[in-house]
Amino acid sequence: MSDAPRAVLDGPDINRALTRIAHEIIERTKGAEGVVLLGIPTRGATLARRLGDRIAQFEGLKVPVGYLDITMYRDDLRLRPARPLGRTELPPDGIDDKTVVLVDDVLFSGRTVRAALDALGDVGRPRAVQLATLVDRGHRELPIRADYVGKNLPTAKSEQVKVHLTEIDGRDAVLLFKPGPKQRPGAAEGSEG
Amino acid sequence: MKRHLISAADLTRDDALLILDTADELARVSERSIKKLPTLRGRTVVNLFYEDSTRTRISFEAAAKRLSADVINFSAKGSSVSKGESLKDTALTLQAMGADAVVIRHGASGAPHRLATWVDGSVVNAGDGTHEHPTQALLDAFTMRSRLGALDGRRITIVGDVLHSRVARSNVLLLHTLGAEVTLVAPPTLLPVTVQSWPCEVSYDLDAVLPKADAVMMLRVQKERMNDAYFPSAREYSRRYGLDRDRLARMSEDAIVMHPGPMNRGMEIAAEVADSPRSTIVEQVANGVTIRMAVLYLLLGGETQ
Repeated sequence: MSDAPRAVLDGPDINRALTRIAHEIIERTKGAEGVVLLGIPTRGATLARRLGDRIAQFEGLKVPVGYLDITMYRDDLRLRPARPLGRTELPPDGIDDKTVVLVDDVLFSGRTVRAALDALGDVGRPRAVQLATLVDRGHRELPIRADYVGKNLPTAKSEQVKVHLTEIDGRDAVLLFKPGPKQRPGAAEGSEG
Repeated sequence: MKRHLISAADLTRDDALLILDTADELARVSERSIKKLPTLRGRTVVNLFYEDSTRTRISFEAAAKRLSADVINFSAKGSSVSKGESLKDTALTLQAMGADAVVIRHGASGAPHRLATWVDGSVVNAGDGTHEHPTQALLDAFTMRSRLGALDGRRITIVGDVLHSRVARSNVLLLHTLGAEVTLVAPPTLLPVTVQSWPCEVSYDLDAVLPKADAVMMLRVQKERMNDAYFPSAREYSRRYGLDRDRLARMSEDAIVMHPGPMNRGMEIAAEVADSPRSTIVEQVANGVTIRMAVLYLLLGGETQ
């Protein structure tokens, strides 16, 4: 096994980061009019709901929140056994002509976001697409960048970043795992994007 | 999950639930304007049909196409099979063409099992003789689950020609795996001798079983059997084992009526029962595409072993 993971962000840090992102979304989109938040399951979906609550609180505007599962659009499906699917659920009014803010927990290679852009194209035609991520850990493999970042986290490529959220994991934290001697590469979930 | 889907008994409870959960998510794809996913791009699915079948073949074809697989339809009629080619030689041909999955319907029980030893791709049984039809059982379970909720402890009654029915056998096996209690109802002549070893109850009296059932599945009485003296007359069969309005009224209020199709209206099921809101017959067809997408995705979507 590897060393004990180091908590890079704790609960209050995550709260502050999300609050700032919510304000930035409102500012960049001039009041969040026409914004749809689409979370990428599993943890991105939870983060999207939290951002939606905050925007409602700050701006008094209920922003539609949906979920976009990208499993079927991944480019690495054949590298592992078939995976279970997450939920895709679009707001009733759809995403056509809206400003879609994709929400994910960790931005890494950028491949998840590429898959999300492909998936979006099959469910509608947004006016613009933006990207919000709680952690940007670098090591991009595609020309993709985030519009809203909770925390830029310099990491080694061999390290793993995992986001824990109260709704799913019982507590809020961002954990950094050092590579263990016997660890399989990419074994942790939720940190591959 | 195993590499092939030949029998409903190949599926563990976790496998079966994974297929049903996957289908739950894929059902939403059918509601979109672009009903297509790129997942199986570059994969080839061969539909190898030695028996006539419209709905199953079309269902598999639609499922494979919605996942962007290339589909090759091969029916025995008008092919090299009618020139006397054996199943093995056909299999080797498909192998040479690089089929990633072969969906096979064959009149001989066990043909898919043999085929699986000759090809590298996944083999999906789309009905073999009187043996099994696992994707039908999966779509039936999916339909029941979406109407009734979880199947644990649910009472399912299957009525009719169990002896010749691959649908009945696959359903008994799968429903047992999913925790449901199955009762087969049929005249003694239409039950296989081995039925005592199946994980289910057996009854000859439909009226006694009906009020307790959460779902009643009517099996088709195949026309060619009607003259074979399995029962005295079509009329008598219909009176004892057919589902008519009176029997529907004696069923529990939330119970559903199922039929794998094609139906003989007026024989095993009355027209007004088939068309009632408690009948899931049309849903079953729509769910067929969804469940076959789930099966193809789970067999072909990941790394190949």
